[in-house]
Amino acid sequence: MLIGEVVGTVVATRKDEKLVGLKFQVVREVDERNVPTGKYVVAVDAVGAGRGDRVLYAAGSSARQTTLTDGRPADAVIMAIVDSWDVEGEAIWSEQAPVGEGGA
Amino acid sequence: MRLGRVTGRVVATVRAPGLEGVRMLVLQPLDEALAPVGGTVVACDAVQAGPGDLVTWVGGREAALALERTFVPVDATIVGHVESIGTS
Repeated sequence: MLIGEVVGTVVATRKDEKLVGLKFQVVREVDERNVPTGKYVVAVDAVGAGRGDRVLYAAGSSARQTTLTDGRPADAVIMAIVDSWDVEGEAIWSEQAPVGEGGA
Repeated sequence: MRLGRVTGRVVATVRAPGLEGVRMLVLQPLDEALAPVGGTVVACDAVQAGPGDLVTWVGGREAALALERTFVPVDATIVGHVESIGTS
């Protein structure tokens, strides 16, 4: 999976009927130091993430392995909301007190 | 399947159903000469790996097959501890 920051929501009322009922979030990928990589995805939200949340998202066929996205044209799904992570013993992000270079 | 080194841990209590209790680790992919290659990923841990461990990991949809519940949205899972890489 990759780590990302939820930066917005995509509303598309006219869409493929197989996507009806799904919520789409714009997720900006961040690296292990919480620094944006310049890449983003529009991912189906399977866990109710909010703007500013750091999340984990799975891509490709794995994205269809939820009851929400099974059999639907979805190639990226937010499947966890990150409380905190550390790298080499250093706290990079914590939901309570964002730390690290990219900490907002 | 590729090589990687575990560099950290992720705590994420809110997660998709079926992933309860699955540990998530920060993983730096390595090339066959054990040099870092590409960006880090977060992988599920199926072998109790710890920070610093040299491991093998599976990507894509097959990553879910290494877990107890296999209908889960994951695309990277650590599946082995590497003791040595011989060129015999």
